[in-house]
Amino acid sequence: MFRRLPSADAGARLRLTIDGVAVELRAGETVAAALFLAGSKAGRTTPVSGTPRGPYCMMGVCFDCLVQIDGEGNRQACMIEAREGMVVTRQMGARALGGKAES
Amino acid sequence: MNKPDVIVIGGGLVGSAIAYGLSKNARVLVLDEGDRAFRATRGNFGLVWVQSKGFGAPHYARWSKRSADLWADFAAELKDATGVDTHHKRTGGVHLLLTEQEVAARAAMMEQLRREAGNDGYDYEMLDAAGVRSLLPNVGPRVLGASFTPYDGVANPLYTIRALHTSLAARGAQYSPGHTVSLIDKEAGVFVVRTDKGSFHAPKLLIAAGLGTRRLAELVGIRVPVNPQRGQVLVTERLAPGVMGGGVTFTNARQMVEGSVIIGDSQEDVGLDNRTTVPVISNIAARAMTCFPVLEKAQIVRAWGALRVMSPDGLPIYAESKTMPGAFAATCHSGVTLCAAHAREIAGWIAGGARPEPTLKLVPERFDVPKAA
Amino acid sequence: MTERFELAIVGAGPAGMAAALEAKARGLSAVVLDEQPRPGGQIYRRAEARDARLEAALGAEYAHGMALTEKFLAGGVAYRPNTTLWDLSPELRLSVLRDNRAGEIDAAHVILATGAMERPVPVRGWILPGAMSVGAAQILLKTTGAVPDKPAVLAGSGPLLYLLAAQYLAAGVEVRALVETQPGANYRAAAPYLLPALWQRKLLLKGAAMLRDLRKHGVKRWQGASSLAVEGNDACTALTFAVNGKRERIETELVLLHEGVIPNVHVTMAINGGHDWDATQLCWRPRLDAWGATSVDGVSVAGDGGGIWGAEAAEHTGRIAALGAAQRLGKISEEARDRAASHARASLARLRGARQFLDLLYKPAPGQRLPPDDVIVCRCEEVTAGTLREVARIGAIGLTQAKTYTRCGMGPCQGRMCGPTVAALVADERKMPEASVPPYRPRAPYKPVTIGALAAAVDADTPPPDASAGAH
Repeated sequence: MFRRLPSADAGARLRLTIDGVAVELRAGETVAAALFLAGSKAGRTTPVSGTPRGPYCMMGVCFDCLVQIDGEGNRQACMIEAREGMVVTRQMGARALGGKAES
Repeated sequence: MNKPDVIVIGGGLVGSAIAYGLSKNARVLVLDEGDRAFRATRGNFGLVWVQSKGFGAPHYARWSKRSADLWADFAAELKDATGVDTHHKRTGGVHLLLTEQEVAARAAMMEQLRREAGNDGYDYEMLDAAGVRSLLPNVGPRVLGASFTPYDGVANPLYTIRALHTSLAARGAQYSPGHTVSLIDKEAGVFVVRTDKGSFHAPKLLIAAGLGTRRLAELVGIRVPVNPQRGQVLVTERLAPGVMGGGVTFTNARQMVEGSVIIGDSQEDVGLDNRTTVPVISNIAARAMTCFPVLEKAQIVRAWGALRVMSPDGLPIYAESKTMPGAFAATCHSGVTLCAAHAREIAGWIAGGARPEPTLKLVPERFDVPKAA
Repeated sequence: MTERFELAIVGAGPAGMAAALEAKARGLSAVVLDEQPRPGGQIYRRAEARDARLEAALGAEYAHGMALTEKFLAGGVAYRPNTTLWDLSPELRLSVLRDNRAGEIDAAHVILATGAMERPVPVRGWILPGAMSVGAAQILLKTTGAVPDKPAVLAGSGPLLYLLAAQYLAAGVEVRALVETQPGANYRAAAPYLLPALWQRKLLLKGAAMLRDLRKHGVKRWQGASSLAVEGNDACTALTFAVNGKRERIETELVLLHEGVIPNVHVTMAINGGHDWDATQLCWRPRLDAWGATSVDGVSVAGDGGGIWGAEAAEHTGRIAALGAAQRLGKISEEARDRAASHARASLARLRGARQFLDLLYKPAPGQRLPPDDVIVCRCEEVTAGTLREVARIGAIGLTQAKTYTRCGMGPCQGRMCGPTVAALVADERKMPEASVPPYRPRAPYKPVTIGALAAAVDADTPPPDASAGAH
């Protein structure tokens, strides 16, 4: 849904994966930005009705950007800066504590 | 409402359940406090609990068990009438024990409850560490044992109050919130309740106003010596089912139908203060994590403090005024467990029927006995 | 481990940074906590990165933010980024979370500079991916230089709508349309306040320039639009709305919504501070004295968390609150405090004079905050406006009871996104003034905290006592 302005393409590069697909970011950018740049429309489905949601506020208020990061579910993608090698998985429905989905 | 037959003061679980029962055959007006009232209904854990009730008071054990027995039918009736599912389920209940002292104290208590139950019967089991694990594979290594009874279960108090208020409206009863009652009088055989919003008249009156019952019952000559006791409760994000690893209900953590795990609770004598405090919620979290290590990474999204309505012996009080007959008071700290019995049997009594046998001793006069020197 | 400071400042936006610098100058030991990884707040988000090209696209105010942030970082005040406040006790103990570890800070005075949030105004389909807030899109621009890959529709009202459109145009990004919701009546209501606003020539010129930009680029503007709806099954495909008695439809994969900003009062509500209903900005504001002090002893508020006056005003209220704290803690005399605050006060008066014009011009239309029955109001628990109306009829006269009946406000956002709308619905359904509808009562933790982090405060070697033993 979003692209990076060529003029803003500066800074150290790093790579994370979203559902196994590599995404390149710049240092200081958030996991939520990675979702948008990767073209993901939804970062999760809700535990209530299973409908898709994407980040809405980008400032830590709405909790619609929840994803699984490095095995831990329901993390706020908009509040967490990307790190090299981070493994991001979309949060599908309710978080399964200690289940297969979370290692 | 024009000329109600009964005014109920208090729209929490106790007042609403009795009002619901009364509204089958009478015009009922429920007067309730405002949005920020102390309200045990929305602060409690939602257990329909029998196993520890009535230690030294077998009539209370009988009363709790009778209500637990009535709950399934009561829940079905509410669902039929309103479409609201109270999520009642009789799962059997487990209380986890972490030290040898806790195990010994619990075993002694359970055995005395059985002795006191006599012919009523009281089935329980003390589980050892392996026994607990066979029921619940997710308990932590520090859990040494547990007590179990088949009588216990759960209901969602929030859906229960919504179902009660919805069906009150459907039956033509009126639930009117936002009142502060200033005065209660009896004029020409009719009770007059004055609030900041007006005066209301009815030949019969029930005061079921939780902690407020103390002051209001005094106005009709009933002594209801209840005091606040704070409990703090934590709730996690919605989680996939099966966190507890078994279907029975625990006293200190349970997964709701929606998926959130509710964790509690505390008992603190702090007056009319329903705030949360960090040391207590930290302690509750630590105990929950010891019992269920899998909860370590679960996120708490809400916590609250709420005030229980406690009488000196912890048991309910049901009374009709001797000086102003037709005025009743009802209060207890187990509004969920006793909800079904309140809707059926206490409502029946107030409507003019017989007083339920297990409640004959649950009168305020029991507190009049002078203390031994 | 518990740390001690004379002053704890929560939030590193313009108010928090200005307060910190002033406190330092007055000899207070101060710490600034901020849940974001970098200082600047939302307004100067990532200003510290000092990207000259971004600076050009974002304008001169952003450059001012960069200078302030640089001064703050060089100023020697203790600064804790990635640090979330989750409890503030009456004894002024701050329970915080950093990297999922719990910690404590004891302070003699606390300044809450937690800023504003966008007013959540539900429309049909606002939960769909592809619908997000204008502020969110601007944050993506500031932090990542990210812009829509296909032309977006900006809808709602308020200066931020034009600002983001202007920033996109400056960056060479096409904007499909602006759908503006402020009713015509607002122009008449605001007109008498244009004169005081003229003192803020800079601000008005900036506004005029933004509108000129839109015209120059031929961006379609719809005015007086209502009943917005985002269409789509799994993601946004179009925006529809009523205007001039007709329903219009614009195909787009990205709708950016905005209806102004409101103070973030979560913490001041949680500590039971007094609040007043602001009938113009349609929001709760903490009740503050001339030094930003709340009704809770030792707690002040600075910046937009105390009422929406903008970033420039936030720096002034930050300074004023720090001076108030310095005097309260005996660092300076009343005379010194008053003298030091006089310049900030004069600037503040001028800025506030201009604000009334903007507030009235962009005030949400009556009915706009009352979505149709099928619209989801509580995004976390997916509670619709219809359900909320129903429970208002059976007995909810405030948000706590509405929450009890429906679970609205029980999700991870803790009611931040639904509270204002639930209140508007209850007020409308029960014919109550909105000021008399009690809001949610937030409790700790103010943001989600793991059980492990909470439990870490307890001695691990002894099993925690069974606090409920007698009850069950």
